[in-house]
Amino acid sequence: MTSSGSRSGAPPRVTPATDRLQRLLALVPYVMSRRVVGLAETAAAFGVSERELVDDLNMLWCVELRSPDPYCPIDLSYEGGEIVVSEAESIDRPLRLGVDEASALLVALRMLAEVPGLGDRSALSRTIAKLEAAAGAAGAVSAQVAVQVDDRGARNAAQVRDALARGRRLHMSYYVPGRDEATERDVDPMRLLVVEGRTYLEGWCLRAEAVRLFRLDRVLALDVLDEPASVPPQAQQRDLDQGLFRPSADDVRVELELSVAGRWVAEYFPCEEVTELGDGRLRVALRTPDTRMVRRLALRLGEDGRVTAPAGLAAEIREDAAAALAQYA
Amino acid sequence: MSRRKTERLLSLVVCLLSAGKYLTAAQIREAVPGYPESFDAFKRMFERDKDELRELGIPLETGVSSAADTEPGYRIPRQAYVLPEVRLERDEAAVLGLAARVWRRAELAGAAAGALLKLRAAGIDAEETTQPGIEPRLQTGEAAFGPLWEAVRDRRPVSFSHRAAGRSNSQLRRLEPWGVVNRHGRWYVAGMDTDRGETRVFRLSRIDGPVTFDGPAGAVAVPGDADVRELVREWDTEPQVRRTAVVQVRRGAGYGLRRGASAVRPDPQRAGWDLAEVPFSDVGWQSEHLAEFGADVVVIEPADLREAVIGRLKGALA
Repeated sequence: MTSSGSRSGAPPRVTPATDRLQRLLALVPYVMSRRVVGLAETAAAFGVSERELVDDLNMLWCVELRSPDPYCPIDLSYEGGEIVVSEAESIDRPLRLGVDEASALLVALRMLAEVPGLGDRSALSRTIAKLEAAAGAAGAVSAQVAVQVDDRGARNAAQVRDALARGRRLHMSYYVPGRDEATERDVDPMRLLVVEGRTYLEGWCLRAEAVRLFRLDRVLALDVLDEPASVPPQAQQRDLDQGLFRPSADDVRVELELSVAGRWVAEYFPCEEVTELGDGRLRVALRTPDTRMVRRLALRLGEDGRVTAPAGLAAEIREDAAAALAQYA
Repeated sequence: MSRRKTERLLSLVVCLLSAGKYLTAAQIREAVPGYPESFDAFKRMFERDKDELRELGIPLETGVSSAADTEPGYRIPRQAYVLPEVRLERDEAAVLGLAARVWRRAELAGAAAGALLKLRAAGIDAEETTQPGIEPRLQTGEAAFGPLWEAVRDRRPVSFSHRAAGRSNSQLRRLEPWGVVNRHGRWYVAGMDTDRGETRVFRLSRIDGPVTFDGPAGAVAVPGDADVRELVREWDTEPQVRRTAVVQVRRGAGYGLRRGASAVRPDPQRAGWDLAEVPFSDVGWQSEHLAEFGADVVVIEPADLREAVIGRLKGALA
């Protein structure tokens, strides 16, 4: 038996009808476990409009079995905007968790347990144990999925959490690899992000007067200051759904041609364009706020990468290489 | 159409859960409204309905209530259907809400939301929330994640085309997948490479075509002592063979190098420069790293590393 893997986000082959059935089966126990619950609140909890919710309730109320004797197993009312289920027969409890469902939560909880500086380990381990017990066999496969967060910078994470909790400004010495510089700066912390397996501080950088991301494993030294943090109102949190790094309009567009040995560049840097050139060679285009990063990258790549645009940058790289070679003359 | 089907499926679930015994197809047709008159048409529709309920994870069983029954029937045992009692404290519900958010926009986002809905239906007040100050996310941008997760879940062998680092051609690999691991933000699959008869680890971003299921569900036996996390960690860790390079570093430069150095002292031979001892294992990787520093770093020894750096720089000059 051979079939191609699907790429759908939802569990496979869920139709509108079964999607709604899942909601109906959860709705009855949701109301029952709370005895009385408002229409508006319930609609919000299930992500539907009140009209759709009323339609769901009517459908439940109308369930009729014809044999051996005709009867309506579910009795409920929603007068005055308050839902009460007085009779729910056998669907008074939610359906057990499926393998995908149990795994999604268990893998996420175990990942959280690895996040450096996340305080509540005790709550995490208790929740994991309870969820494992509730999931039963459906939770077993989740052991075959693991997430390892880079724990370099864990000590920094604890200090950042402390500064966030107490609303304090941070002073740090931060290494910028693209420029090979250690920079000193004051930062008012906004959030700790754990994205793509690394931990970042998102904060208002007083030096740049802008929101900046700092990788915690590149923080060379960190002090929590006595000064209160004051994040200005114009500081905007990143929308992570749009990706961690987004090029700005001022960034320089750089084009590189890569040999087979240089293909990793396309995996490590967010590229605007990736074109296969045959024999495993690639052409990529990326945007950078600071071309010094690309100059260093080009020296690292050697013959495995060539900057083709902008021309001025390509010339700078040849000068860099010539200056470096002169040291060996 | 979809509405009538939902009504029928709902009645079917209630009917099979309430009956307390196996019901034959004929009894089900009697009890559940919405099936067609013709028995053949009913059978076809009922078969599809059964599949769809099982697809949702509803434990629909086939069997007979007593030895006297000639025709098998169907039931949903309440014990297998219901989510066991779960009670969470406030702090536990809060971390659950945070966990449900981890997959946002990623492969298992729908599953996480579905799980949270069931737990809320069990009376738990957990919302997909942020904890102040922290935002953890898992991404599954690699196209191979979905099918490989399904293969691991269902214990199915797979095959895929994979381009190893530094190879110009892809190779077809056949794998009994034991698990998927995200290490420092990148997804890997680990398992038994059936062509080579050895365990192997593949990075998902280097799988360059569709993942094909190569056998039925349940065909893969994961050894009891298999530790996929450890397999990936080993694969991703540098060999322990340690050598030491001696390099000149211009004062005020080479921070990235100084951080990894075992010793740094002023160079007695050259004013304004330091001498650093830098441990390394792989000449290729280390020469790339050192070349990055351009005219701020000069390799003194070993000779092979020095030559490799010169080679890199000449390549960049050409």
